This record gives sequence, structure tokens and C-alpha cells, in this order.
Amino acid sequence: MGRINPPQKQGLYDPRFEHDACGVGFVVDIKGRKSFDVVQKGIQVLLNLEHRGAAGSEANSGDGAGLLLQIPHVFLVDRCAELGFQLPAVGEYGVGIIFLPTESQSRQECEAVFERIVREEGQQVLGWRTVPTQNSELGRSARESQPFIRQVFIRRSHDIDDDAAFERKLYVIRRRVTRAIKASCLPLRSMFYVSSLSFKTIVYKGMLTASQLPSFYPDLTDKDISSALALVHSRFSTNTFPSWARAHPYRYVAHNGEINTLRGNINWMRARERKFESQLFGSDLRKVLPVIDSHGSDSAMFDNALEMFVLSGRSLAHAVAMMIPEPWTGDPSMSDEKRAFYEYHSCLTEPWDGPASISFTDGVRIGVVLDRNGLRPSRYYVTKNDLVVMASEVGVLDVPADEIVRKGRLAPGRLFLVDTELGRIVTDEELKQELATAQPYRQWLKENAVTLDELPEPPYVHKSNSATVLLRQRAFGYTNEDLRLLLQPMAVDGNEPVGSMGTDTPLAVFSARPQLLYNYFKQLFAQVTNPPIDGIREELIMSLSTTIGPESNILEPSAICARQIKLESPILTNDRLEQLRCLGDSAGPWSKNGFKSLTLSMVYKVEDGANGLELALSDLCRQASAAISSGYQIVILSDRDIGPEMAPIPALLAVAAVHHHLIREGTRTQVGLIVESGEPREVHHFALLLGYGAAAINPYLAFETIQNTVEMGFVKDLEPQTAIKNYVKAVNKGIIKVISKMGISTAQGYCGAQVFEAIGLHSEVIDKYFTWTPSRIGGAGLDVVAEETRLRHAAGFQESAGDDQTLDVGGEYQYRTDGAHHLFNPQTIHKLQHACRTGSHELFKQYSQSINDHSIAVTTLRGALDFQSNRSPVSIEEVEPVNAIVKRFKTGAMSYGSISAEAHEALAIAMNRLGAKSNTGEGGEDPARYDRDSNGDSRNSAIKQVASGRFGVTSNYLVNAQELQIKIAQGAKPGEGGQLPGHKVYPWIARVRHSTPGVGLISPPPHHDIYSIEDLAQLIYDLKNANDRARISVKLVSEVGVGTIAAGVVKAGADVVLISGYDGGTGASPLTSIKHAGAPWELGLAETHQTLVLNDLRSRVTLETDGQLKTGRDVVIAAFLGAEEFGFATAPLVSLGCVMMRACHLNTCPVGIATQDPKLRAKFKGDPDHVINFMRFVAEEVRELMAQLGFRTIDEMVGHTNCLRPRDPNHWKTRRLDLSQVLSCASTSETTVYSKKGTPSQPQLGSSLDQTILLPLCEPALTRGEVVSSMLPIRNIHRAVGTRLGSEVTRKYGSAGLPPDTIQLRFRGSAGQSFGAFIPNGITLTLEGDANDYVGKGLSGGKIIIRPDREATFKPEENVIAGNVAFYGATSGEAYINGVVGERFCVRNSGANVVVESVGDHGCEYMTGGRVVVLGRIGRNFAAGMSGGVAYLVDEKGTAPASCNSEMVSLLGLEDPTEIEFVKDMIFRHAEYTGSERAAAILLTWDEFVPLIVRVMPNDYRRVLEARMVLNHEPNDQEMAMTAFEVNLREIARAAGN
Amino acid sequence: MGKVTGFIEYSRALPIFRPPSERVRDWDEFHGHLPESIMQEQGARCMDCAVPFCHSGIILNGMTSGCPLHNLIPDWNHLVFTGNWRAALDLLHKTNNFPEFTGRVCPAPCEGACVLGIDDQPVAIKTIECAIVDRGFSEGWIVPQPPGFRSGKKVAIVGSGPSGLACAAQLNKSGHQVIVFEKSDRVGGLLMYGIPNMKLDKKIVQRRIDLLAEEGIEFVTNTEVGRDYPVGKLLSDFDAVVLCGGASRPRDLPIEGRNLKGIHFAMDFLHGNTKRLLDGEGAESEYISAVGKDTIVIGGGDTGTDCVGTALRQGCRSLVQFEILPEPEQNRTLENPWPQWPRIHRVEYGHEEAFALYGTDPRSYCIRSAEFIADTSGAVSGIRTVDVEARKGTDGNRVLADVPNSEREWPTQLVLLAMGFEGPQRRGLLADLEIKLTECRTVSVDQNKMTNVPGVFAAGDMERGQSLVVWAIADGRKAAVGVNNYLRQ
Repeated sequence: MGRINPPQKQGLYDPRFEHDACGVGFVVDIKGRKSFDVVQKGIQVLLNLEHRGAAGSEANSGDGAGLLLQIPHVFLVDRCAELGFQLPAVGEYGVGIIFLPTESQSRQECEAVFERIVREEGQQVLGWRTVPTQNSELGRSARESQPFIRQVFIRRSHDIDDDAAFERKLYVIRRRVTRAIKASCLPLRSMFYVSSLSFKTIVYKGMLTASQLPSFYPDLTDKDISSALALVHSRFSTNTFPSWARAHPYRYVAHNGEINTLRGNINWMRARERKFESQLFGSDLRKVLPVIDSHGSDSAMFDNALEMFVLSGRSLAHAVAMMIPEPWTGDPSMSDEKRAFYEYHSCLTEPWDGPASISFTDGVRIGVVLDRNGLRPSRYYVTKNDLVVMASEVGVLDVPADEIVRKGRLAPGRLFLVDTELGRIVTDEELKQELATAQPYRQWLKENAVTLDELPEPPYVHKSNSATVLLRQRAFGYTNEDLRLLLQPMAVDGNEPVGSMGTDTPLAVFSARPQLLYNYFKQLFAQVTNPPIDGIREELIMSLSTTIGPESNILEPSAICARQIKLESPILTNDRLEQLRCLGDSAGPWSKNGFKSLTLSMVYKVEDGANGLELALSDLCRQASAAISSGYQIVILSDRDIGPEMAPIPALLAVAAVHHHLIREGTRTQVGLIVESGEPREVHHFALLLGYGAAAINPYLAFETIQNTVEMGFVKDLEPQTAIKNYVKAVNKGIIKVISKMGISTAQGYCGAQVFEAIGLHSEVIDKYFTWTPSRIGGAGLDVVAEETRLRHAAGFQESAGDDQTLDVGGEYQYRTDGAHHLFNPQTIHKLQHACRTGSHELFKQYSQSINDHSIAVTTLRGALDFQSNRSPVSIEEVEPVNAIVKRFKTGAMSYGSISAEAHEALAIAMNRLGAKSNTGEGGEDPARYDRDSNGDSRNSAIKQVASGRFGVTSNYLVNAQELQIKIAQGAKPGEGGQLPGHKVYPWIARVRHSTPGVGLISPPPHHDIYSIEDLAQLIYDLKNANDRARISVKLVSEVGVGTIAAGVVKAGADVVLISGYDGGTGASPLTSIKHAGAPWELGLAETHQTLVLNDLRSRVTLETDGQLKTGRDVVIAAFLGAEEFGFATAPLVSLGCVMMRACHLNTCPVGIATQDPKLRAKFKGDPDHVINFMRFVAEEVRELMAQLGFRTIDEMVGHTNCLRPRDPNHWKTRRLDLSQVLSCASTSETTVYSKKGTPSQPQLGSSLDQTILLPLCEPALTRGEVVSSMLPIRNIHRAVGTRLGSEVTRKYGSAGLPPDTIQLRFRGSAGQSFGAFIPNGITLTLEGDANDYVGKGLSGGKIIIRPDREATFKPEENVIAGNVAFYGATSGEAYINGVVGERFCVRNSGANVVVESVGDHGCEYMTGGRVVVLGRIGRNFAAGMSGGVAYLVDEKGTAPASCNSEMVSLLGLEDPTEIEFVKDMIFRHAEYTGSERAAAILLTWDEFVPLIVRVMPNDYRRVLEARMVLNHEPNDQEMAMTAFEVNLREIARAAGN
Repeated sequence: MGKVTGFIEYSRALPIFRPPSERVRDWDEFHGHLPESIMQEQGARCMDCAVPFCHSGIILNGMTSGCPLHNLIPDWNHLVFTGNWRAALDLLHKTNNFPEFTGRVCPAPCEGACVLGIDDQPVAIKTIECAIVDRGFSEGWIVPQPPGFRSGKKVAIVGSGPSGLACAAQLNKSGHQVIVFEKSDRVGGLLMYGIPNMKLDKKIVQRRIDLLAEEGIEFVTNTEVGRDYPVGKLLSDFDAVVLCGGASRPRDLPIEGRNLKGIHFAMDFLHGNTKRLLDGEGAESEYISAVGKDTIVIGGGDTGTDCVGTALRQGCRSLVQFEILPEPEQNRTLENPWPQWPRIHRVEYGHEEAFALYGTDPRSYCIRSAEFIADTSGAVSGIRTVDVEARKGTDGNRVLADVPNSEREWPTQLVLLAMGFEGPQRRGLLADLEIKLTECRTVSVDQNKMTNVPGVFAAGDMERGQSLVVWAIADGRKAAVGVNNYLRQ
């Protein structure tokens, strides 16, 4: 009650992980004419974006909606006159919209504070007006938390002669009031919030649905209200807590997106403030600091920073371009001036990185900017009467076709601005040109910036010392495994090593072996609200370059700000480091530009233990401060001084400590931190050091180790220098992967961003050194860190090692008896297999006892829990039977391709016999499996996965599922894509995946149709339409904040949410990801359960969990923590014969499971009965425990955390472990949450166009196969049109569908998202008008035609007709699009033939089949990762080669006559279907065009086609495929992915 | 990791032993060696399992599965494949003090647990091990490495078999002064006198002992502690004592006629034979000869096989080996799945040799000796036996029952009893020290291998009971860790 912000942190729920995304749009009169019409149109746009917003547990409590207008002067003058006070002329007063406490005493006190501060600032309050509100339509929680809303009017004092100065003054007032009230002891102070305070703009917003906004604020429907611009926003929050303040727009922006680098941005901003100087603000500046209000959302914080930059003198566009720069490092076509602009600004600030479409306005100019990767849709119309309508979708405002001058879209990294003062649109080019030439940026850079190449050669470089390498390796905890499995592969291949089958070793805090501090941290990653990036295929947006040097005053930039040293990569070789070290005291022969560097020793006396460590850290911090005061700009933290008495301070601890100390001190930006350490060696280490503030790292011992390895002959045919180069390359690639999985694209943005979660570190360590890092279970303190350091140090310097010339074995990745404990070890694997083969329950008990025996070693969080129950035991006969329990069991998503047909089918048969569910994984499924076998068995997987690769996701596949699982992430490699290497794509796999034998297949890291929560809602809606009988499940991976994401997912309409643990298995994943990304399921599950209960959403969804579940005990604990269904993958595989070779990625599985090699598959000895035995054994064990604990059904147990308690800590590291948050029982108004499922929140298919009109209309075709033809109007709220209809066709007619054109539907208008998704053979959809995102997603044989409206007067080939990600994952069918389409056209197309006029960036990415003809321009990065199919580009201007990513394709000419005919025929049909004038023109002079056509041909695909020619007889399909496969196997340059 | 596809490309190859009919004429080792290229292929066959069962050394179904020393088998297999022999040797020595012994005499439970063995021939692990260490000696890489410093502590080791030697080697590395007492005239225990020369050349044993001596270990032979050296002095002179006296009490066959002449324990037979071999033919006091005799070996284990090989070389007239259990299956049964030690029919060197000489396998299964028959001089002249068969007993376990009317008589002049050992000698040392024993009559120890007497440890067969050399080494090493911990307190 009485709260406008989310609730406090409780249990594992933490409000800071709330995300939002949304629909955003604006309407503006270019000429600046104010009218009521613009306001009305704005509201209309908002209403039509409603489906992009969301509602919470109550349908009528919205997540937030709002409207920003120019000050409606006329309207306000009248209203104020009624209240008895007079408003002066426009510009002479400011208006605020203030949220106030509902209780009058508090309210008056707030107002009194407000008025006092206004007075103190020399202004005058003219009066207050209570804003009329009408809350009868609001839901309970919105109503209960509704603030009292008033307007305040402030008269400008006479001494302020400049408008901008008045705006600044209002800002100062706002900051001061807000701070004063927050600091007061008013009981309801948390309800106070300034929605806007400006003399130009006003913001009406609240915790409303879009449609509630106009009725809630009667002001908005008053005809007197007028504005030349209206910025609107409809919010979709992952939480449903009352939050009036978090509605958009903020004062300057409305944001659809997410800032991934936020923590770093906040810290850096904070650090810069000490250097802030502003003539404009003068002494007022100190009143407004800190700039960023840490209670806000990421969007609010962005708004804070932008506001500061604008008020201190930058133009809005300038500030935006600085905060969200285009990718400038990898774009050769960019002008030098522009590049200099960005380069210069990169010296001032790191980017605010993340997917974003940010609309911004200062009341005069209104514009929008898109993030560098174009991860949000932004489309606009320009009309003949000078109106611009911009929104996340087209069709949000009915504009007659003949009034439209232009239909455009915003391209990645671009700005679009309407200046109502100038009365025109300012293009991105013009705007940036103006910005770029405003100052001599290139000159400034030339004079001040320094590259490493410009620094003199150092006089001395550390050489490797092979005599002491071993000793130092030991002291830094190197293991034989580090050398063998990590460093050597990196040095040889230049790639990060890959592994498989997850991890089953103890969390660092439980490990009996000394753990490096790095191992206590887990990488965070983007899921659902935010897409990870494909840093390999979309390399052009990535950048590793950083700068080191002092920052200057960001508010008033000058040449001196460019005084920075530029680094191309954060990894420094020894000589590079020495160059920097030699800068020395700026007087010496090696100095440059006045740079000074100082090395600080990062060691401590080991015998002094934790105290010594702590003192050494504070001493280091003090020395760093002193260095800054002495004018050093570069500080090198070095542990080269270790010795028999001195141990290294863990480098991560040292750098984080100094970083945070300097932030607190306000001097952080004065110095660049470099780490020179023997400790870091794997990618995770480097990522952490960067993430906690290091600008660069010199891993000298890793270099020495590699050199030593080469010299000792362990690596052959390689020079040490090459090996080191390869290693650095691998590390760089690895860093790109780590940052891109969080959706961050530059190392500079990643630096200090702290996108990690600590698991097992005590808050004393976190709060002091890793401030703001989530750490939820307490754990090791500095004493443990010191002891672990001592143990390592002793191994190197003290313990007599005799003549042993070898390192510790390690055993983290591969079991070694003396190494790390593994849950699956020889004993347990054997016991489980023996039990499942012989059906011996007794042997199974032996197995489960040794897994559950935590007296040996606690490995997992559940291992640290024990049961307790205050119930009396029940007799086992009363407990629900095994048959009922096993129905809740599922096998994991393992694709056919990653495992053999034998294993895949054995799992399916077993689970079907049990009435449980198996999962296809992401590789599609052979349709032959949909029919039962003669013995009654079914090989049809009940769960069909829809993953980012969309392999074989056809209408038929979807229709045959009981559950459709959207895989957002996978435990072993969350935030990353997958890849099936070419040598595993055997012909039979290729067939099911609709791809080419022998050609590697890439699953992109993100689903290209899910960049945000509302996109997920859309995909769920699409899938519900594609199979209305299937449950929709969303698979997430545990990480901090997953609970709030899950809440969003539930609101998006999912029926099942699966929380996977980080430790789950995989067919192939970088070792870094297997070990270090994501969190245990215990945390994620508990957080999700608690958050859903808090949100009153728990009853709407079934919660499932998986990740190394092995025994009945595991299941019972999962149920107590909130799970109702349970997934197993590794254990069933073991029961089928898997011996944990972890060679899945090598195709050499010796037991025939994870291989496609027919010789090895013959060794498969598994049987469905083995899996059945396993599942039944587990269920039986569950029953035994239930009986003991007094439960009769699983449903009863769900969420009973009171039946769990922490085990007594018996280990020196876990003494301070605190599991109370995990076991916290969320309070709830839902009392019987789990027994009965409520209805899922969103998708209501009942009112869809398909349901209400198309299905009845097409009845004759569905039942009798008759031709149906009709013409219908369509609007953007009609989404997934044709999908439900298509599903019925497939249900009835199978994969063959109906004969072509049996159903012909013509639409006129703007189609909603996913137009024609998954439509099968026999359906033809024609659209006259335009379409939004995801046209023809998963096209399964149908035909789609889109052409401009017959009345349209613009040129189709220059205007945007369809949105982003059209034909994603299409498998067959055809389409003709007469117009420009957005980004990522035909991504992962595997069989559709499509003609289009022009496409945006990343066209045909990952395509594996089909034909695409582009008649006009292509965007950047065309054909990245394309391994099959052909694209034909009519390249009149000769620009295609520059736009193509030729990593995997060749650009050839069109020569083969048959092929020429084929292309001509496609263009001919395009002309015929769409009336394309461009097509007609091409056909007219066809022969002249043929030589201009560029044939984009994937290299692998070409080889396959050539191989077919070589066969000198007519081959059968199998022969042909096998030939192709073998040909590709011989090629090294396959699509290996890395 | 070996070669990724090595196990698919290459087949198992073992060194060819010298032909049985040739080798049986001398006492030289029968082992052969493979060329380096083949050895590398054999290394390449290793699949570098993430769970290397070969390395695990666990007890499954009462038998050893995987290497008790936890040899880093995949790691050195890989190094052999890549030709990094020196590094392979270092890794091998990291876990195993005496790979030249285990590489020759170990029954290789590692190979029984090799994952490749599930459906194929296992990796030739033992052969590779032997090749690594032999290469190390021939290259001169294995040299004495005395410890860099001395702790000033003194440790006595009683018994110089594999466990005593391993324990001594480890403790010496840690800087303690180590003195090893041996009751025989030569150091090595079973390695010296238990295992015949053709299987483990005594020069190889002596080579290692010399190395240990050069590293600073002192050996005192012909000294039985408790008889020749007072127990009290042991406790007062040393900071710690490790008892590695073995399980030397042989299992007897107390049937009618046991006291007849010509019936000997296998160990007496083997000991005497080796001693004569080493000393030359002069000293024949303990020597038992099979020359011209119909010899019967009772017991089908490794010691029995050694008796077979030895008797053949001495020139026995005929040879039979009794085994009371049924002949094992050729392949694993369902009850004996991988990675358990495969209880299958094997042909050992002695059997090959007997076959070469007599054309038949010497073994007779399911046979129980009922009575020794005397000749007139009070010497044994034959054995009366009864056939047995395996039946399911009332409790479901397998029992052996006599087959009615199956009595047979076998002529013999020399009977060698090779039926295993019952534990350590209790009289003397153990009794004097008042060492507590387990129910199985072995020495009882805690997890540090310390007995009930503080500072007194035990390892090897004395503590474990009769077992493999590889266990003895493993236990000796473990006891050394215990001693170290004890001395550090």
C-alpha cells in the first residue's frame, strides 16, 4: 500500500532486476503547429500499441502508460484562472506534474518543502492544481497505490534571461526537492515523485493500461489541450508491482529496450562527477549531484544522464550520439570526420549499450535512435500534410494510403529527428555531419591520442624464466588440466576449447581444493528481455578496443579529453606492457605526451593471513590514490614480486578493490588500471578483471607457460611467438563471446560493468570490494580467500615437492581421483548402469546413496540442505503411485544430431511408455516418427523444441506436439548459440533439419524474433496459433533476476516455465561457459517461485526444473523449492550406456549415443527399459521420502521450503553460508496456489481474426478441399494472421497440405506482427498495404504476397513495406514483397523462395536453403554465416561485395542457363503478383541485367552441388547426400562456427 | 588426448613374448618390446575419457577395477602418442614409484576397466607403462634424486616388499632418514623372492633398490625385527615405524597325508629357486627341485602359475594344476559387467609353456584334493581327488558340492600348495608390539594407516591381506602420507 515503487528486496526477489520493454511511438507536426488533433493521434497510437504492453495478475492493472506533450498553454491558462491564479506568457513559467502522498498531512509537508526550495532557488510558486483523475477502471493494485497527482506552476524570475537557464533552474529545483523529501522522515515520502518539471514539456503517465490513460486523465481528452508533438509509451514490465513512477515517458525519453552495461555506466558516471565543471550551471552544479538516481530503472538512469548532458550545453542529438554510438570501429565506409567524432567521444564515455529504440524530445525537437545492432523495430510514416508518425509498429494510426509521402524505418545506430523549429526532418547523415564537423575532432585526436605503436621500444622486456616456471605455476594454482585442456588448445588453434556434458564438480565454496577467486563468480547473460549477440557472425558491431588515460571534464569537452592511449585489445603482451611501464615519470627517454605510469606491487606477506591481505589491499588503495595525486594516469598492479614469503593478492580482488575505492573517492576516471599477473589464464578470468575495472591485462605466466610448453615439445611445429599470438587471439575471441552473451558489444562498455553474480562469497567481501554485485548465499570471507591463497603459495614455495616435475592434476573437467569431486564418477556411473540394466532397486539405492552422500563432499546447493518435517510420516501405500509421479518427468532437450537416432528414439519410446515426456531438442524430428510403431510404441517426442535455429520447425512439427518449448537459453551455455559441426551433419540429419549434408549448422545466440519480452509474448501467441492444443513452455536458465524474467514470461502467456541449472549437459560448449555462466537451479527456481508468488502469478503456470537431477532426493528438494515437473538428461543417458566421455562434440562417442558414425552407433546397447527403470526408481525414491516427510502428493509439497533446513556447516569454507533467502517463504494472497491452474495470462485466441473470421470462411477448404477466396481489411492488432488456419490445414492434411492456392485470402491495410507465420501448402495470403515484423516466420509451404496499397503514390522500392526478421526459419513456400524490408531478412531460411525489392542489414544470415532474389539494395553484413541456399542480388551499383560478409560465401556470376531461367521466372512471378515496376523494368532488358546479378553462393553448398555433378551415374538421394557429406568432410574450411 | 579417432583406426597390439618352447629353457624374462611407432599407435588408442575408469582403483563386487595407484593413464597415453616420453615418465612416476615392476607383474585392473573394453579390446595400458619406464632407464633419465633437505626425523620400515619400498621412497623424498629392515638376505620381499625371474628379472629389482639406496635409504638385511632386532629399540630409536611385513602365512591344506615329504608351500619352492639362481648352484639348502617329478600345483592363481613356470623350467616330468572353482567363461557374464574385473578364462605364461611342452593345458577345474597318498618312504606318491560342482545353496549363494563317484588318483612326487595366504605372521613383531588385528586377522589401522600404537603404521599385505603389488605400492604411499602428517604434528 501507498507505494509507487516496487517492493523491497525479500528472499531472492530483488527489485533491481526488473526489466521492461514496450511499445513506443510519437506523432509530430513537422511545422510545429499545435493542435488537439496531434494529442488525439498520439493517444490513438498508444491504444494500437496496447498489445505490446502487459497487465499483471489483474487484467486491469497495467504496467504503465504515458504521454509527453508540449505545455498546453491555452488549456492551462484557463484552468489556472478557474483556480484563481494567472499564468504568465509561454516560457515565463514552468509546470510540474507531481505524484504526492495520498494522506493530506504528508502531502502538505511535501508541498511545503517544494515551495521552500523554489523560493530558495529564487523562483516563485504561482499555484497548485490538482490534476483531475478518474480511477474507476483501474485494477485493485493500481488503485491502491495511486498517488495524489498535482500540477505545480513556477514563475520564472526576472534575472533568468535565457530559456535554457530556466530549464536548468527547474532541474535544480527538481533534484533538490526530490533529495530533500527522500531524506526527510515523512512517512509516505516514497510516494513523492516528479513526473516532469519543465517549461516546455509535460508528462501524463501512470500505472495504467494504454486504454486507461485517456480516461484516467480527463485533461487529455479536453479539446483545449494542444501540442505539436505527442510521445507515447506502453510498458511491459517483468514485474507486476505497483509502480507509478516507472511508467514512461521520462523527462526526455521513452525507451523500448534495456541497458546492459548499466552498472558500469552508473559507476563511471559517478566517478566522473568530481571532474564536472560547467559554466552554465556554475555553483548550482553541486546541488544536482549525483546525477543518477539509483532508485530508477535503467531507462530512468539513462534519462538522468542524458538530461545532464543536454542541460550542460550539448544538443539532444549530440548527447544521444555520444551515449549510443554507431559501431564505428568496424565500418570502413564511415567518413573520417564521423569516425573521429566517435573516437573522440569514446575518450569521454563508454557507450550505454543494449538493445534500444529511444524516442527523445526536448519539446521542440523530437527524434528516435536505434541501438548499434538494430534490436528494436522503429518504423515511420511521413504524410503529405507534414505529420510524422513513428512507432514500434506500422498501422498504429490510420493514414489513408494516398496521403503517405514516405514509409521508412530506422536503421541500426541511426538517428531520426524532427525539428519543429526548423520545420523539417533532419536526416541521420545531416545530423551526424553537423556534429562531426562542429569541432576539429581529428585534429584533437592527432595531437593528443597515442597508440601503442607510437610508443618507443622499451629497453627491457621480461623474459620467461623456465627454471622457476613450475614453482610459480604451482603458486598460482595452475593444474595439468589448465595446460592440457585450456592453454594448449588455445595456443594451437587460436580458439577457446570446447567440451560437453555439463559440469558436476562442487561449487567453489564447497570445493575441498583451494579455488581461485574467479571461480566464485558466474557470468550473467541476456535472456528474453534482451538478446545476446552473435559476436562472430555480427562481428562488425563488436569492438575490443579500449583507451587508457585520465578523463577530463565531460561536460565541457576540449582537445585535452583526447589525451588517451589507445589499445586494440585488452590483452597486453610483455613488450606492450613494458612500453607503458617505461612511460615512467614523464621525463625519461621513453615518455610521451606527458603520460606517467606507476607499478604497484600486488603481493602480501603470506604468513600474515587474512589480516595481512586486508591491510595490503587498503595499502594498495592508498598507493593508488597517492599515485593519482602525483599525477600518474596509469597504474599497473603487478604480482611479479611474489616469493617464498610474499604471496600474490588475488588479482581480481586487487583490481576490484582499487576500482571501487577510487570510485568512492571520485578519482577513478583519473587513472587507467592495468593488471600484470601470473594468475589469469582462462577467458573467464580476463572477463572478470575487465568487468571489475581493469583496462588491460598482461597474463605473463600464461605466456611463459605457453612458451615453456612449446619449448618442451608438447606443442609441435609452432614457434613460441605464434603460440602466444594464437593464445591472445583465443582470449580476445573468448572475451567477445562472454560480452556478447550479455548483449554487450564493446569491451569499453563491458569494463567495470560487473555483469556477474557471486556464489558463495560473504557480504563483507562483496560490499567492500565488489560493491553492488549480487551474492545471495553468503559464504567465504577474506579469511577463506587468504587461506586458499596460502595453500597455493605453499604448494609452490614451501612444501617439498621432491623430484616431482609435474603439476597438480586438476580434475575439474575430467575426473581424476586426486582431483575435484565429481558426482558422476566410476562408482556412480557403474552402479546406475548396473541397476538400470538388471532392474535392481537395491543397486539403484546404492547409486543414489553415493550421489546423496554429502558426508564425502558437498557439491551442490541441495547438498547443503537437509529435510525436516513437522508432519507425521504416512504409510507409503497412501503416497501417490509411481505411475502418477513419473508423468511429471521429462527428458532433456537433446537434438537428433547431437545424439544418435537409437538414443533419441529410445528416450522417446521410454517416456511415451511411461506417459512422461521426451523432448526433440532443436534438431527437428523425422515425420515418420509421428506414426506409431507396429508394437504400439511411439517415437514421437511429446515436447517439440523451438530454438533459435528453427531447424525443421514446420507447421507439421508444431501440430504434432503436446508441448512446445521455446528454448531461450541452455544451462551449459546460456546466451550462446549452438552449432552442429559439419562432420556430424550426416545425410539423415540434414534431411530432418532441411539442410545440406556435411555443412555445419549454426543456431544463433538469440532467437531473431525475440529481442524483448513483448517479442516473446508474440512468439507464444504465434505458437498457440500454430497448435492450440499444446502447452507452451519457456526454458530459462538460472541467474540472478531470473525470477522477474519468469514473471514477465508468465505474463506473456507461457503455460510452463522451465528453470535450468547452469550445470546441465550439452553436446558442445566452450569450457568457460560450461563452468562459469549461469547459476544453480536451486537459486533460480526458488527465486522464480518466490517472485511469482509475490506477483500473484504462481497459479497461472507450471514450474519445471532441470540441471543434474539424479535422484529422488533431488526431485523432492526441487518440489519444496517450487517445482512441479522435473527434467533429467545426463542420468537417463548414463542409464542408456553413456560413460561421460565428454566427447559428444567429437562424434567419437564409443557407446553409440552422441555420435552419428554408423560404426559407433552399432555399439549402442541402450534400451528404453533402462530409462524406464531409471525413472521408476527415482519416482520410488521420491515416494519413500514423501512417506517419511508426511506428504501424499507432489502438489502438496510444492513450495514447502519449511521442510528444508541448511545442514550444519562442517567445513572451513562454508561456515558463513546463509541459505535463508533460498528457503524464504514468500508471503502471498494466493493461498492455494498450486493445486489448480489458473488460465494463462495473455493469448486469447478467441478474438483473433483467424478464429472469428478466417476459420469459418475457409470451412469449405478445410473440410472438402474446395477453393476459397476472399478479400478482407486488416489492422496491426491482427497478429499471426493465417497461422491458426494453417494449423487446421496441417492437422487435416498433414505435411502435404492442400493443393497450391486452395485458400486465397487478400487483405488490405497494415498487418500485425507474424503475418502468415507457419502457413502450409495451399494457403496464399496477399496483403495490400504494409506489414510489421516477422512476416512469414516459419513459412511451411504457403505463399505470401505483399504490395503497396493501390492508392499509394510513393515508389515501392524506396519505401518500407515490411518489418524486421521476415521469413525467419522458413522451411518451404514462396513470397513476393514489393518494397523495402527491415533487418535480418530470411534469417535461417532453409527452403523458401523469396523475391524482395530491397533489404536491411544482416540479410540471409545463417541461411541454409532456399532462393532469395533481391532487386535493389542490401544492408550491411549480408550472408553472414550462410551455409546453404543461394541469393541473387541485382547489383546495379556494384555495391554488393562491400555489403556481403564473405566469410562463408563466394560472390559469383549468374551463368548457368537453367539457373538464369529460374531466376528470371522468379522475377517474372514477382512482377505478376505484386505489380513491381522494378521487376518489370528488369525483365524488359533482361539480358543487360543478367551480368549485373551477383550470385551469393555458400562455399560448402557449392562443393555439394559440384560433387553431385561428378557422380557419373544418376545417383539416388541417399548416395547423393552421402557424396556431398564426404566431400564436405574433406574440406577444412567448413562452417565450423568458431 | 591420444588421437581422437585412434581407437577406431588402430587395433590393440601387445609385445610378442618369446616363444614358450624357447623361453622355458632359461630363466630370462619372457617380455618383449614393441617398436616406438606401434607404441605411439597404442597410445593413440586411448580415448582420453573424461571419466577414466582405468584410473579409478575402486572395489566393485569384491574385485579391483581400475588402477589402485590412480596412475594418470590417459595423460601419459597421450604423451606417448605425441612422443613426449620424458614427460610421460614424470607423470608415471608422480603416482607410481616402481612402474617397471607393475608394468611387468600387474594383472592390469586398469585394462579391465578401460572404456574401450566395453565393446572392443582395451588399450594396452600395462604395455605402455612398461615401455615408458624401460625407455626412461635406457635413456638414462632415471637417476638418483636425493632429497634437497633432511628433516632430522628417523623412520623404520619393517619389510622391503613393494609396500615397504614405496613407503620408504616417499618418506625419503620428504627428507626423513629411512631405514628398511629385511629378514632375508636380499631386499625386495616378494619382488625378489616371490616372483620368478622370468616374470620380473631380479636385475630390474636390484636396479631400483640401488637407486633407492643412492637416494639415501639404508637397507638392513638378514634382520628379522622382533628376533634379531628388539622391538623396544625400534620404538625408541625411530620417530615412526611402518610395518610392511606382508601376509606371509600360507593357506594350508590340512587333509590326510599333509605331513608327507614332497609337499611344499609354493613360496618356499619359489624362494629357494630364485635364491639358487642368484647365488649360483652351490648353496642348495633351501632348494626344492622338480626335476624328473610328476608335479602337482594346487591353486589356480598367479602364484600357482609361477610354480608351473618354475617347475617346467626345472625339468619336471609332468605337470598338473588343480583349481577347485569351475572354469571361467570366455567372455564377461551379465553378473560381471564392465568395468568390473573380468572373471574370464585366461591363458597365462605358465599355461602357454605347459601347452607347448605337453600339448595340453595343465589346469584341471572343479577338483578338490581329498587325501595325499604316501609311498613307502613316507613321501607323497599321489593325490586322491573328488570332483565338485557349483550349485545354488539354500541362501541363494553358490556352493561347491562333491560329485558322487568321482574319485580319482593322481601320481605325484612333488606337490606345491599355492592356495593363497592367510595374513601376517602374528608371533614375534605384531605380538610384541601388541598390535590390534581385524576380524580378518590383518593389522587394524586408521585412515592414516596408523595402528593402535601411536607412531606405528602398517601397509601392504600385512594390513590389506594378500593382494596385488599395485595395492602394496599404493598402500605404502598412503602410509607415507600418514607418517608425514604424524611427524608434522
